[in-house]
Amino acid sequence: MITLQNASYAYGADALLEGMSLELSQGSFHFLTGPSGAGKSTFLKLLYAELRATSGAVHLFGQDARTMDRDEVAGVRQRIGVVHQDCQFLDHLTIAENVALPLMVQGKRAGADLLDLLAWVGLNDRVNAKPPELSGGERQRAALARAVILSPDVILADEPTGNIDWEMSQKVLQLLVELNRMGKTVMVATHDIALIRAAKPQVASRVLRIQNRHLHLAGADL
Amino acid sequence: MSGLLDMAQSLIRPQGASDTVVPPTGFTARLTVFVSAAMAFLAVFALALTVSANRLADRWASELAESATVRISAPPAEVEIQVAAVLRVLDQTAGVASARILTTEEQRALLAPWFGPDVPLDTLPVPTLVEVIQDGDGFDAEGLRLRLSTEAPGAVLDDHTRWRAPLVQAASRLNFLGWLAVILIGATTGAMITLAANAALAANAQVITVLRLVGAHDRFIAQAFVRRFTLRTILGAGIGTLIGLVAVIALPNGPDDGFLTGLGFSGAGWLLPLTLPILGGIVAFFATRAAADRTLKGLR
Ligand SMILES: Nc1ncnc2c1ncn2[C@@H]1O[C@H](COP(=O)(O)OP(=O)(O)O)[C@@H](O)[C@H]1O
Ligand SMILES: [Mg+2]
Repeated sequence: MITLQNASYAYGADALLEGMSLELSQGSFHFLTGPSGAGKSTFLKLLYAELRATSGAVHLFGQDARTMDRDEVAGVRQRIGVVHQDCQFLDHLTIAENVALPLMVQGKRAGADLLDLLAWVGLNDRVNAKPPELSGGERQRAALARAVILSPDVILADEPTGNIDWEMSQKVLQLLVELNRMGKTVMVATHDIALIRAAKPQVASRVLRIQNRHLHLAGADL
Repeated sequence: MSGLLDMAQSLIRPQGASDTVVPPTGFTARLTVFVSAAMAFLAVFALALTVSANRLADRWASELAESATVRISAPPAEVEIQVAAVLRVLDQTAGVASARILTTEEQRALLAPWFGPDVPLDTLPVPTLVEVIQDGDGFDAEGLRLRLSTEAPGAVLDDHTRWRAPLVQAASRLNFLGWLAVILIGATTGAMITLAANAALAANAQVITVLRLVGAHDRFIAQAFVRRFTLRTILGAGIGTLIGLVAVIALPNGPDDGFLTGLGFSGAGWLLPLTLPILGGIVAFFATRAAADRTLKGLR
C-alpha cells in the first residue's frame, strides 16, 4: 500500500531522515518511536503526501508521491485517515461536523452512521460541542473518528495519546487495535514506550525506531 | 462559455457543505455587499447617461437634418419681392421637397419662450422665415446660398449644420464616456472583490490547511469562497440597481425630452440596468476564482 525506497528528507541543508526503506502491507500494525524531535511527525507527513521526500522514492497506493498533483494528493488523503498531532479541527464547526468534514468536502452528507461512529469513540453526548470545549482525550477520540469516517485503508496516528491520561490513552489504543482487527493498516507514532508495551498482548505489532536519522526495526528489548 | 456554465451550476447546486466549512466573515461580507451596491447605483446613472445621450444624438441628427430655414430680412418694400424670389429659387432647387412661409402663429410660438405669449409681431423687426423640407440626400447648400445671394440679397440660408454637428458630436462623446464609466465601474468592482477575496482567503489559511488535510480538492475550497462572494455581489448589485432605478424614475420630467429632463431609460431600455446584478455576479465569480486559484497554488 505504502512503500519507501531509500527515502530521505531534509527541511534545510541537513538531512533529518536518511535512507529509509519500508513496505506497509495491508492489515499490518506498526509503532513508530524515537525521541522527541527525531522526525516521527515528519516521517508520517511523507506517508500522507504533506511533504515530499528530498531523495529516494515514496509510493502511495502505487502512485509516485513525487509527481502527484494537488488533486491526486486530495485523492490519496481520502484513502488515508490521519490523526494529527494537534488534531486540526475547525473551531467554528461542531464535533459532529468536524468528524463529518472528510465527507462534506466531497459534497456528501453524513448519514446515521455518523452517530454510530461518535458512539463508538464515546462522544455521542458531545455531538454539538465545539472543539475548544472538549478535553484532550475527547479531542483525540474525535480526531480518530474523523480519520476513519471514510473507511480508509490506512490509518496514521501521530501521538494519539499525547497529553492525555493513562486510562484514556488505553481507550484510544483499544480503538486503534479494533480498527486493525477490521483489516486496516495502522501506524502509530509515539514516544511513549509504556503504550507500546501495553499493546503487545493485544496486537501483533512491529516497532520501528528513528535513530540517528535512520529507520530501524526495534528488537525484543521492548 | 464553459466558465459561465460552471458558474451557473455552482450557484444553483445546493452546497450546504462548502458554505459552512469556511467560517462566516462578517466584515468582508458587508464590505462586498456595500461596494457592489454603490457600484451598481453609479452604473445605473452611467447607463442612463449613455442611453439618453445616444437617444438625443439620434434625434438631433435626424430632426435637424430634415429641415432648413431661409430667413429674409429686407426693407418692408422689398420683402414681398424677395420672398417670392426665394420661393421660386427653392422650387427650382433639386433636393427640396417643399418650402413654405411660417405663419404668424408659428413665429409667435417660436418667440414665446423668449418674449412670452402674445408677442406683438407687427411692432418687431422680425424677419420672414421660410421652412425648407429636404428630400432624399438634401440639397447643395453652397449652390443654393450662391443663387439666393444674387436673386434675394436679404435671404440667409440656415441648414442647421452649424448647430447640428457639435451637438451630435457632444452627444456621441457623452455616449462613449458613459460606456467608459460603466466599464471602469465594472473593473473597479472586480478589483475590490479581488481585494476582499484575498483578505478572506488569507484570513482562512488555517481553514484551508485543515480542509486539505481531510482530502478537499482545490475545486471545493475555491467554490466555498467563489459562491459566497458571487452571491453577495449579486445581492449588493441588486440593491444598488434598485435604488438607482428609483432615483432615475424620481428625476423630474420635462414637457419635452430635453437633455437633463430626459435622463432615463425608455421602453426596452429599462431592461438594461437589470443586467447589472448579473454582470456583477459574473465579475465577482471570475475575480474570486482567480484570487482563489492564485492563493491555493501559493499555499502548498
Ligand atoms: N516545518 C519545519 N521546518 C523546519 N524544521 C522543522 C519543521 N518541522 C519540524 N522541523 C524540525 O524537524 C525535526 C523533527 O521534527 P518532528 O518530525 O516533528 O519530530 P517528532 O515528531 O519526532 O518529535 C525537529 O528538529 C523539528 O524542529
Ligand atoms: Mg511529532
